[in-house]
Amino acid sequence: MSDGQKLFGALAEFANPAELFHACEKVRDAGYGAWDAHTPFPVHNLDRAMGLGSSKVPWICLVTGLSGAIGGFLLQVWVSMHASPLVISAKPLMSWQAFVPVTFELGVLCAAAGAVIGMLFVNRLPHHHSPLFESERFKKASDDGFFISIEAEDPKFDREATAQFLQGLGASHVELIVDG
Amino acid sequence: MSEPATRIYTEADQLADPIAERAPLVLGGYDFHSVTEVVAAVVDQKAPRAWWIALFASMSLLGIYGVSVAWLVWEGTGVWGLNNPVFWGWAIVNFVFWVGIGHAGTLISAILFLFRQKWRTGINRAAEAMTLFAVVCALSFPTIHVGRIWLLYWAIPLPNQMDAWPNFRSPLVWDFFAVSIYGTVSLLFWYTGLIPDLATMRDRARTKWKRLIYGFFALGWRGSNRHWQNYEAAYLILAALATPLVLSVHSIVSFDFATSQLPGWHTTIFPPYFVAGAIFSGFGMVMTLMVPSREWFGLKNLITIRHLENMAKIILLTGCIVGYAYAMEFFIAWYSGNPYEQFAFMNRMFGPYAWAYWTMVSCNVISPQLFWFKWCRTTPWFLFVVSIFVNIGMWFERFVIVVSSLSADFLVSSWDYYSPTIWDVGCFVGSFGLFFTLYTLFVRFVPQVALAEVKSVMPEADPHFEGYSHGGGQPPVASSAAPSTSEANSDHVETAPFGEPVAAVVTSIDGDQSDGDSADNENGSEGEVE
Repeated sequence: MSDGQKLFGALAEFANPAELFHACEKVRDAGYGAWDAHTPFPVHNLDRAMGLGSSKVPWICLVTGLSGAIGGFLLQVWVSMHASPLVISAKPLMSWQAFVPVTFELGVLCAAAGAVIGMLFVNRLPHHHSPLFESERFKKASDDGFFISIEAEDPKFDREATAQFLQGLGASHVELIVDG
Repeated sequence: MSEPATRIYTEADQLADPIAERAPLVLGGYDFHSVTEVVAAVVDQKAPRAWWIALFASMSLLGIYGVSVAWLVWEGTGVWGLNNPVFWGWAIVNFVFWVGIGHAGTLISAILFLFRQKWRTGINRAAEAMTLFAVVCALSFPTIHVGRIWLLYWAIPLPNQMDAWPNFRSPLVWDFFAVSIYGTVSLLFWYTGLIPDLATMRDRARTKWKRLIYGFFALGWRGSNRHWQNYEAAYLILAALATPLVLSVHSIVSFDFATSQLPGWHTTIFPPYFVAGAIFSGFGMVMTLMVPSREWFGLKNLITIRHLENMAKIILLTGCIVGYAYAMEFFIAWYSGNPYEQFAFMNRMFGPYAWAYWTMVSCNVISPQLFWFKWCRTTPWFLFVVSIFVNIGMWFERFVIVVSSLSADFLVSSWDYYSPTIWDVGCFVGSFGLFFTLYTLFVRFVPQVALAEVKSVMPEADPHFEGYSHGGGQPPVASSAAPSTSEANSDHVETAPFGEPVAAVVTSIDGDQSDGDSADNENGSEGEVE
């Protein structure tokens, strides 16, 4: 299978979310680090079964959102007081109440952009190539297949033992993936 | 397999719907794969003639829009029926009409998401797409109504040689920010929801170009749970942000009117009243699109009568709020003791635009009352008819607000009756061409039901789903003898011809699963794998 080619890891398929869930708990407890589960939809609590920490996306979003709101407010103050100080309807130049809507909108814009771009950044997407795509069976991961992949770079990885370990977790099919 | 005799439910268990008579969200005994097949069949197959006819008709209307706008830009806003004092005519009516329609999608995707209304999954993709296209139509009207559209960028705070800046105390500037940011955030929300489904389309693509194009937009998504975790966090945040955003947008649109001093516009009830009206009209348009869609594209098992009934209930609720607002406007006009205010509202009801006012009341207040009756809420053709009334009524609401108030202001000498010209009609009818062209392209190239989300609300998506190894008291490994599903799943669903519901798609992943919660939907037609 891997004559001269680099081994990426092992890919195991499971029959349904429940079996994947229990298998993930076992893989986590076995102490693997470079591994992942692949499902066509987010399975409830699977991140806990995998032992993942909490997502960093909310923090990115908080920072970009606050920057957007503060920046938007300062922009309006600067425009209204310095760049173009027009007195309209005898209102004070610093009429902050009128600046609330645009401050809010710009805050939301930057927070939303931060959430999406932050999510992509943390996930390292776009990343169009993955050795997993070499597997014909893996196409089911976006349809009705439930997979666990353990990467060869994991120190605990062993070609024979890991495959057998996955088989023992109830995988319906285990294959080795070569980085082509 | 009958239910185990003893089963201990824990807090983590998600039971079936707590209210017994609630219909399941996915009918027809579909498994995950058949959901994919049913939805993707519309995109995968060769476009039928009906689709080309729809596209041709939409693009013809779009052509009318193009001609009307070209003539407007060439000649100036004088080609419209605007007069003194009615300086805001159909362009603003159409703008508010479309931006109102554009509220349902984000309401469904954001607010119903936060309230954990799982039925939203069947309709949210199409509703969000509709929202985007409605916002595109809406944005086009303020753009063209400025006359010199090449100077529109003056609304953006940019350094320039004239040293001129937007006046941030003006609601029109707020509106520029609100609607354009709403459009941008809606697009982000829609695209984020689309990424996993584009990956599905990539993985099923049979031609190289399809695989490349879907693959490009899928960004290399591979269903990784490390990705899903961040994805879900981002999606939740987007929903939490879009909820106040959607409420703010129509509030700010209403400020365009409410902060002026014109009787009929100068009312504090406008923001909530506009938001309720926007949701009302948006759900009307979602209904108008979904009733034929589920019929034509064979999606009846995913967009069920329960979905339609829920939307009918929201239309009923918001219709009543709108009716209350109409009544309250009159009450406040009387109670204020302001003769101008009182005249404006009497003039609305009995003046030269009384025909428009009563059309509005009949469509918006009276017609949704039919939804008190279950038959009316659960009969698709009837829902469709009422949804058309809602669309008409909400356009007339904006017409009444804009035109009847402007045409008879403080000084009798300045009153004038407003009538549209052929170019007003061309712009309005043409904007439907823009909307339907975009929507027709959408149903052809993008999965119009959110695959990943629908699958995630199916009972068997839950790791605790009965019939899976967990509840039966067997150790998980004991079920490792589960049959290999690979051969069975590869090709067992016959893709339906475009427009017909997929029949006989019931083949379960494993023998256990079909005996679980969904058993009552299956009529013994399942094919066993083993």
